[in-house]
Amino acid sequence: MSSQPRTTPHAPRPNWVSTRNPCKACAPLGAALVMRGIAGAVPFLHGSQGCATYMRRYLISHFREPMDIATSGFSEANTIFGGGANLHLGLQNVTSQYHPSLIGIATTCLTETIGEDMHGLLHEYREKTAGTPSPTLVHVSTPSYSGTHVDGFHDAVRSVVQQLAEADASPSAYVDSFVNIFPGMVSAEDLRFLKEVAKDFAMPITLFPDYSETLDGPSMEKYEKIPAGGTTIAALRATPSAKASIELGRTLRTKSTAASFLQDKFQVPAKRIGLPIGVHESDIFFAAMEKLTGHKTPEKYRQERGRLVDAYVDGHKYLFGKRAIVFGDEDMVVGLTSFLAEIGVFPVLCASGGKSGALARSIAEVTTHVREKVAVRDGVDFMTMAEEAELKELKPDFVIGNSKGAKLARELGVPLIRVGFPIHDRIGGQRILHFGYRGAQQLFDLVVNVLLEVKQDSNSIGYSYL
Amino acid sequence: MADILRERERQVYRKGQANALPLDCEKQSAAGSVSQRACVFCGSRVVLYPIADAVHIVHGPIGCASYTWDIRGALSSGPELHRLSFSTDMQELDVVHGGEKKLYAALCELIDAHHPKAAFVYATCIVGVIGDDVAAVCKRVSLEKGIPVLPVHSEGFKGTKKDGYRAACDALLQIVGTGPTEEVSPLSINILGDFNLAGETWMIRDYYARMGVQVVSCITGDGRIDEIRRAHGAALNVVQCSGSMTYLAKTMQETYGIPFIRVSYFGIEDMSKSLYDVARHFKDKEMLKRTQSMVRTELERVMPQLTEYRKALTGKRAAIYVGGAFKAFSLVSALRHLGMTTVMVGSQTGNKEDYEQLREICDEGTIIVDDSNPLELSSFLEEKDVDVFIGGVKERPIAYKLGIGFCDHNHERKEALAGFEGMLNFAREVYGSVMSPVWQLTPRKRGSSLEVVK
Repeated sequence: MSSQPRTTPHAPRPNWVSTRNPCKACAPLGAALVMRGIAGAVPFLHGSQGCATYMRRYLISHFREPMDIATSGFSEANTIFGGGANLHLGLQNVTSQYHPSLIGIATTCLTETIGEDMHGLLHEYREKTAGTPSPTLVHVSTPSYSGTHVDGFHDAVRSVVQQLAEADASPSAYVDSFVNIFPGMVSAEDLRFLKEVAKDFAMPITLFPDYSETLDGPSMEKYEKIPAGGTTIAALRATPSAKASIELGRTLRTKSTAASFLQDKFQVPAKRIGLPIGVHESDIFFAAMEKLTGHKTPEKYRQERGRLVDAYVDGHKYLFGKRAIVFGDEDMVVGLTSFLAEIGVFPVLCASGGKSGALARSIAEVTTHVREKVAVRDGVDFMTMAEEAELKELKPDFVIGNSKGAKLARELGVPLIRVGFPIHDRIGGQRILHFGYRGAQQLFDLVVNVLLEVKQDSNSIGYSYL
Repeated sequence: MADILRERERQVYRKGQANALPLDCEKQSAAGSVSQRACVFCGSRVVLYPIADAVHIVHGPIGCASYTWDIRGALSSGPELHRLSFSTDMQELDVVHGGEKKLYAALCELIDAHHPKAAFVYATCIVGVIGDDVAAVCKRVSLEKGIPVLPVHSEGFKGTKKDGYRAACDALLQIVGTGPTEEVSPLSINILGDFNLAGETWMIRDYYARMGVQVVSCITGDGRIDEIRRAHGAALNVVQCSGSMTYLAKTMQETYGIPFIRVSYFGIEDMSKSLYDVARHFKDKEMLKRTQSMVRTELERVMPQLTEYRKALTGKRAAIYVGGAFKAFSLVSALRHLGMTTVMVGSQTGNKEDYEQLREICDEGTIIVDDSNPLELSSFLEEKDVDVFIGGVKERPIAYKLGIGFCDHNHERKEALAGFEGMLNFAREVYGSVMSPVWQLTPRKRGSSLEVVK
């Protein structure tokens, strides 16, 4: 956070103007990820060739799966005269190569700056291709100079829902027997978990986006042009008919989201709760499920909760008073902080590159029982976190967040517990379960064991029992 | 067979097919084709990235800096400023009011904090559109801070990756010729186009040292600003990554009269030939003798193990898709050395001569492709029943999804693949992938039946 001047005993520190080792990516990346979560869809970026390629590489290194993102591939002439022709050619080429049911178009900083009229260009394209089998087109405005990849993600979710819902909002489609779930930018395993819970509650859901299969699929004999899975277009068109929407993410309160749109326009009640990480936040999630379905939480989850609390007791001594720096996407930070606070770990710094304006309030909500004041920094980068750790002598025992914090952890000489996105230096980021009692169980075992490993390895004794 | 876009039909060739060359190449990627290429910025960023005592600042919104943070395995023997990511992180107001002030402030604070020998400022897409005078800001900061501050005109839309190489070379040319050359030997070279991935430059430098050749600078592997300033004192430019560095070499020839030769450090034939070409250039008999004896020693060291790998790999089929075509030549011959056949080879940025040369060295039926994409590449892998695919991170999931081995020969690799030792590493890696038992479980090898295999 650069608005507060900081000083060292020796020399005044500048308020940094530059971003140094960013804790965020740009908005179109989040949008491309959302588009990959629609069945039969191809993500498409209207901008320079490099944007698509860099984002593919960034996502591939996390998911370790094919991630095709098409692009209009801007040239200098397009920048002067407009990229309409390239956009049209690109859409045509994607259609003839991939035969998609939907193309999800996101803009970039370039096309936003030159002021491309996406409504107009897509309208022209639809007119031009009328009468021929053409994919559904949806688009989202994602100027990279505004917000982060997480904002691009949520804006894409809202834009897709809005455009498809408005296209087909006939009252006859009224169903009232299902619920929309907007999970936020979470792992493929978290998405599978949400589907499993809904099934166990016998509650039909529209989960959007759903890249649990498209970005974590099986080995194939033949290459799939578009990987199977994803939220169907029909389901997206029907979102206004749901009896409620659940959106995950406490910091979404400052945003216009898919759920808030459906509430305002179609009177679909919206329930916003935190990412269900740890006992407290999972309890809130399961309570919401009970209320919506009228069913009690199935025994399976009660058992999981029981085992988790039992494990908390078994491990509490290893954790009490330990200190952690938590960083990453804002809602992930809130969820992790809630979890750490309930197991007795003090979050010495909760930091994010995102700047929704709601991080501090959200952290306060989940740390009411923490005695000391928790430091919260939004809109920060990793070098600022490192400086703060040094200046304020935070002395963390570990840091927890995505793999971009590896350098921070190394400098602090403490372990990094990898969660969230992206995980570029380990395998299996898409299979980390953060959600529910089961997810908390896995995180808890991981945290305790990492600390026990430090304890075991940091002395010459090498205890056999810990 | 792949559905190849009409615009791309003349960018794919099968050896033996009549009237299909010259291949259509060196053009903008077809919109919507999902090219594996990046942009102008990428070209500049990869070339300059390894210069370790300079600050590299990306002027633009955050993405370009995020996606290139610590992205290459380019090692440094000293400072590691190149492994940090700096950006002006332009916000909406900067776009409206211009980003010059922010750039100025960012440069000043970063130079004060890190004391670099120089700073590179990469202009990204919108900087070119909103009309920031990046060169003027650089000039001002350079005067105030007393170090070169070099604008890199790398707006993503202004051409292809190759134009980015050129923008990087233009920045380098501003500092070449500004350092002292008194202590430079007449038997001296610059290494151009090696990026010290996994320490490869160090291996190559060691070979030259043993030959008695002084290396004045390496551009840009383990690169240092003061070395690059002296580069004009070298007697010869030895160019590896010809796609990125030929322009620099040609300009140095015109400006300073330094001749250049093209080499490749991949595979034992090309590695040996490169060293001999340098020795022959200097017409120094003693050097040639030293080179011969060094090559003999190195070959004796690696050949027995290579022969073992060859036994296991003979008859296996490989596919290659790389950035520059020059690397592809070396890979075809290195794979042949291991008894393997190249059944598909392509590049992002090859030119007509490159593809003609590939046609000459490849077997009948080999697919040669320019600026390909995932759908084409996956169909070629299926059609040719490939055992190992050699490419970069973006190609990896195509191979893996189909249950095909993969070897990373791109910027992110952590294995040294250049030099004699590198050939051994390459063989070990190909062997380690091809021979893994995991393929036997994949649907490609055994279908999706769950029947117990005895």
